[in-house]
Amino acid sequence: MVALDITDAAKTFTMHLRDGLRLPVVAGVNFSVAPGQCVVLAGPSGAGKSSILKMIYGSYRCDQGRILVCHGDAMVDVATAPPRQILALRRQAIGYVSQFLRAVPRVPAIDVVAEALGRAAIDDGRTRAGVLLRRLNIPERLWGLPPATFSGGEQQRVNIARGFLPALPILLLDEPTASLDSRNRDVVIDLIAEKKRDGVAIVAIIHDDDVRDAIADRVIDVNQFAAAA
Amino acid sequence: MTIAATEKPLLAAHELTKYYGRQVGCRGVSFALYEGEVLAVVGESGSGKSTLLQLLSAQLEPSAGHVRYRMRDGVTRDLAELGDAERRFLFRTDWGYVHQDPMLGLRMAVSAGANVGERLMAVGWRHYGDIRGTAMDWLARVEIETGRIDETPHSYSGGMRQRLQIARNLVSSPRLVFMDEPTGGLDVSVQARLLDLLRGLVAELGLAAVVVTHDLAVARLLSHRIMVMKGGEVIETGLTDQVLDDPREAYTQLLVSSILPP
Repeated sequence: MVALDITDAAKTFTMHLRDGLRLPVVAGVNFSVAPGQCVVLAGPSGAGKSSILKMIYGSYRCDQGRILVCHGDAMVDVATAPPRQILALRRQAIGYVSQFLRAVPRVPAIDVVAEALGRAAIDDGRTRAGVLLRRLNIPERLWGLPPATFSGGEQQRVNIARGFLPALPILLLDEPTASLDSRNRDVVIDLIAEKKRDGVAIVAIIHDDDVRDAIADRVIDVNQFAAAA
Repeated sequence: MTIAATEKPLLAAHELTKYYGRQVGCRGVSFALYEGEVLAVVGESGSGKSTLLQLLSAQLEPSAGHVRYRMRDGVTRDLAELGDAERRFLFRTDWGYVHQDPMLGLRMAVSAGANVGERLMAVGWRHYGDIRGTAMDWLARVEIETGRIDETPHSYSGGMRQRLQIARNLVSSPRLVFMDEPTGGLDVSVQARLLDLLRGLVAELGLAAVVVTHDLAVARLLSHRIMVMKGGEVIETGLTDQVLDDPREAYTQLLVSSILPP
């Protein structure tokens, strides 16, 4: 059984403002992830690790190949799914912790996290968001403030709480520990271990060797997906 | 749970075209909008986005093509075939229309309370206390001091007027709201407040909306999907983050790369 199955996926950017310059990002991406498994994408900056996560999440279009995601009883191909289906996948199947928090003016940190469960469940969401924020050592006096003025590490922890709150079968992590101190890094390692025990399939980009060793079931070198220029 | 294949769109445009004489307003626009979905229409001035909004809301007659809307009884109708009474019903209750200039969407000579209450009276509310109570609730929801309910919008600031216009539109529980540059002409701080309010209300009420804007930040914050228009035609569509993070067409790439980061 697989939660995520990628076959021969490829992506090229065409820069029209640079005379149609074609910038190949990745090609021949092949791997699959089972429930409860954590796959870490490795490789130097610019190798296309984040692009692969964005292709799985549907924010980058996939030019070629298939990205099959388990959604209920069906496998849905993100590469060809219509926008409404991708939105449904994001509500019900795929979570994503981006590299940086996109702060919305005026929304307090606790709601930034709680909203991940949907506006309808905001009260329950706030209770559970509080539990996560406390675990991630965000002091309670900050919960009511919009995160725009928080430090980089605090913003990243709010972002992690937001991504980890909903119980979704697939979780994509883009350098979740990059700006964290060792204490908070350990919390994130624990959170990831819990998700794996719950059967969540994880694809992560991690530069820190200790974190990688702690969470990875498999490391995939993204260099093998380098697209021929 | 997956998306239901049987679900029918709320609003569907098919090959919608409008000529002003020989000038193209918009040409060949087709799309479907489902309940709870927010679509942003972006493009520069003259790209045809306002024409499109007027066609969709039956304020302009198309030169070709048609718009279908699923009425509250579940029957999908062609807007061009609706009678006057049915069209009035849509405007007064099932639809909202938020103008860029609140003076176009408000009645400036009557009180804020009456501006909100008017749409309730149009759907048959007669009890003065109920109407005033509901108007009061809505003023509070859009963050207007309820003590100012008896003032006319003349005494309100631009941001307050825009919020009042939103209350007036939403009080009748519409299923679909059209917005024409809802934050245009407002100070940045006032814009942020309005956007946050709109974002909350749209999500809470499960509204479907078509938002015309030239501001990509507004599109990013409010919409699920984006349609990019240029020269009267739709040149690119997709999920909001797809279009903004991975723009495909030359013009969309130009739009996205022209934003100055703060």
